[in-house]
Amino acid sequence: MTKTNGQSPNGSTRPTLTVALLGNPNTGKTTLFNALAGMRQRVGNYPGVTVETKKGQMSVNGQAFQLIDLPGTYSLAARSPDEMVAVDLVLGQQAGEPRPDVVLTIVDASNLDRNLYLTTQALELGVPVVVALNMIDVAESQGIQIDATELTRRLGVPVVPIQANKRRGLDVLRQTLAATAGAKPPAKQAPFPEAFEREVTGLHKTLGGEMPPFLVRRLLLDVGGYTEQRLTRGNGANLRADVQAARHRLSDAQCGVPGVEARARYGWIRQLTTGCVERPKHRPTTWTDHLDRLLTHKFWGTLVFLALMFLVFESIFAWAQPVMDLIGGGIDWLGDQLTLLLPPGPLTSLLVEGILKGVGAVIVFLPQIVILFGFLAVLEDCGYMARAAFLMDKLMARCGLSGKSFIPMLSSVACAVPGIMATRVIENRRDRLATILVAPLMSCSARLPVYILLIGTFLTVGRPWWVPGLTMFAMYAIGLIVAPLVALALKRTLLRGETPVFVMEMPLYKVPSLRTVLRRMIDSGWAFLRRAGTLILASMILVWGLMYFPRAESTGENFDVHLARLQQELNTVREEAAAADEEKATTYQNQIDAQQTKIDELRGEWKRQSILGRMGRGIEPAVKPLGWDWKIGMAALASFPAREVVVGTLGIIYNRGKTDSKEIRDAPDVAGTELGKALQDAPWDDDPSRKVFTVPTALSIMVFFALCCQCASTLAVIRRETRSWRWPVFTFVYMTVLAYVGALVVYQVGSLL
Amino acid sequence: MPSLDQLRVGQRARIQSLSGIDTLLQRLMEMGLLEGEEIEVLAIAPLGDPVEIRVRDYRLSLRRREAASIAVSLLEQADSEAQP
Repeated sequence: MTKTNGQSPNGSTRPTLTVALLGNPNTGKTTLFNALAGMRQRVGNYPGVTVETKKGQMSVNGQAFQLIDLPGTYSLAARSPDEMVAVDLVLGQQAGEPRPDVVLTIVDASNLDRNLYLTTQALELGVPVVVALNMIDVAESQGIQIDATELTRRLGVPVVPIQANKRRGLDVLRQTLAATAGAKPPAKQAPFPEAFEREVTGLHKTLGGEMPPFLVRRLLLDVGGYTEQRLTRGNGANLRADVQAARHRLSDAQCGVPGVEARARYGWIRQLTTGCVERPKHRPTTWTDHLDRLLTHKFWGTLVFLALMFLVFESIFAWAQPVMDLIGGGIDWLGDQLTLLLPPGPLTSLLVEGILKGVGAVIVFLPQIVILFGFLAVLEDCGYMARAAFLMDKLMARCGLSGKSFIPMLSSVACAVPGIMATRVIENRRDRLATILVAPLMSCSARLPVYILLIGTFLTVGRPWWVPGLTMFAMYAIGLIVAPLVALALKRTLLRGETPVFVMEMPLYKVPSLRTVLRRMIDSGWAFLRRAGTLILASMILVWGLMYFPRAESTGENFDVHLARLQQELNTVREEAAAADEEKATTYQNQIDAQQTKIDELRGEWKRQSILGRMGRGIEPAVKPLGWDWKIGMAALASFPAREVVVGTLGIIYNRGKTDSKEIRDAPDVAGTELGKALQDAPWDDDPSRKVFTVPTALSIMVFFALCCQCASTLAVIRRETRSWRWPVFTFVYMTVLAYVGALVVYQVGSLL
Repeated sequence: MPSLDQLRVGQRARIQSLSGIDTLLQRLMEMGLLEGEEIEVLAIAPLGDPVEIRVRDYRLSLRRREAASIAVSLLEQADSEAQP
């Protein structure tokens, strides 16, 4: 047993003891963990798995404890690497983690039988166990009386009644943990049939007697389970044949797997609780009963659901926007100030255009993430989340997913970043991956400036009133249609596997705890900043570099120095204009306009000859079939960090200076804006009589941006959530291919009409 | 013998047997769906699937496909659990 050394408050060094917290979902496990561990928490990751464990510290009588919050589960019958983490950890088989000195199982007193199932499994792990009997108030309100002292005697391990949300009983719990840590493992266990125990002993010997008995039992019990997969991978056919034979013998002895386990455990639980748990003869009707009848009702339930989803959607869409604009404005202001203060050069440009813009691009997501997770935490904590999944399951099942994928997909219509982070509620790994991979197809708000610019410029003036609206609707519909199709295709190919068993607990309704909600909002924002922030920043700096270099003009002067000089001159003229008489105003205005044009043209020239500009020229043959010239190709390349960047880049390449995507979004007449006019006039380089932008070209650009994954933040978050580079790369490639093909078809068909 | 997916909202029944592949059976049994247990259908989702039931002291939802593997015998209606 490895032990890490920790400093106890009185200065002497005593080894830190480890407590592993185990429990069913919806038992107040996280609340208990937060109450015991306080604010000092960190997240633990393990290679090859996507679940996280939280770690915290507590101290009892000067003894330091490390708490590990294991993922919530109904059973230790692991089916996947993710579910195996808890088992490996408690058995001391997780590299880098000490074997826990005590396992704390938390059980919901109002639903004792099913909760004790997991505890009876924990008793077989060979580690001392303490049972926290949570929600005794809820149980009492339902007329359920539990004799904890008697239950302690019968189970053979301490049972401590607590109310985690009101922090009652925690002192006794801490003392009990301190007293139990490192003691002898539990003596009592659920009695299995003799035939079963015989097979376990036999199999244990066959395996060399080294393996923890718990795993031998799991090997026998879990047909196709993770223990079986892991063991038979190495030892091959012999072991598999042994296990099969043992299972056949059990089946013949009338105690076949998997039924033998549930019958043995629930049978024992019935014995344990008979006489020390009193239930009322008639179950009283609770407010969960009333509320549930309404919220799962065909009409009223659907209505409430739609209203709630609208609220969630509207909040990420509308409430976050002002804060995002504020952040964007603040970053721009800061950039302008720095540009004035610092000498022009690569360092200033790197700082302003690369790093500062990059940081802005990262924190601009925070409002959406924090708001969405605030809502999700409330919905989850009050018990509604399971109802939402219940209502939407059939719809999502049609594309091979489950109801739990609905909210992440809906959130992605505002922004895929929080949407992908919200997929954590999906336990099934394949379902979760499929949802993550198609979420970026939903039309997010970053695509909006692109749509507005092109629809406003090319599909509004001189057309029937319904054309702009219909086009916009069609753009959103593309995502809504393609995402389920791709999900279905993925589930039938790459992510093929047995349809997961959809059994979902519908928890009791309760008032959400403010503490839990705030905690989740902070955690999600922080996790995003830490894990995805650096990648987003790096991509911004990369694109900055590609558009900054080379910076020398043919005259030998550097573009940015030249630009700064012109800007200085412009400022001088402006100052003069402000001081001068009104008569001279027009003259000055002409001067200012001329100077501004010069600046815009120089900036355009600089970017057009940059590395990225050259890359744009290089890919022109590839984008020509889409109806694009190299400038559009270059703008598309530049928009790799974020789609809306394409608007600003087009503005620069077409000599219209810096155009903000917000400006386009808020413009009453898009076609009349500087950029709008520039796009309408833009000619092909090789045939100046032909205009680049036609309706098919505009549509092809929109379809491309509807389907592509030009969003470094999304890719960074996929990397973070899947813990692998494979999936972000896959997403980028498949979406780019889809986007290219989609744009090609639209342009080619559109040109024929 | 009817299976769980054939019950209407408000009907109560006793589980007689479970059948199906091992992973499904294990999952259902872990959640407390065993022979002899009493269940009550609480709701059916607006789109017709899944169904919500009460088993032991809690509420569980499962798809019709899974519910079809649980054979039940109907219990008498009209006691305290009936609709108000």
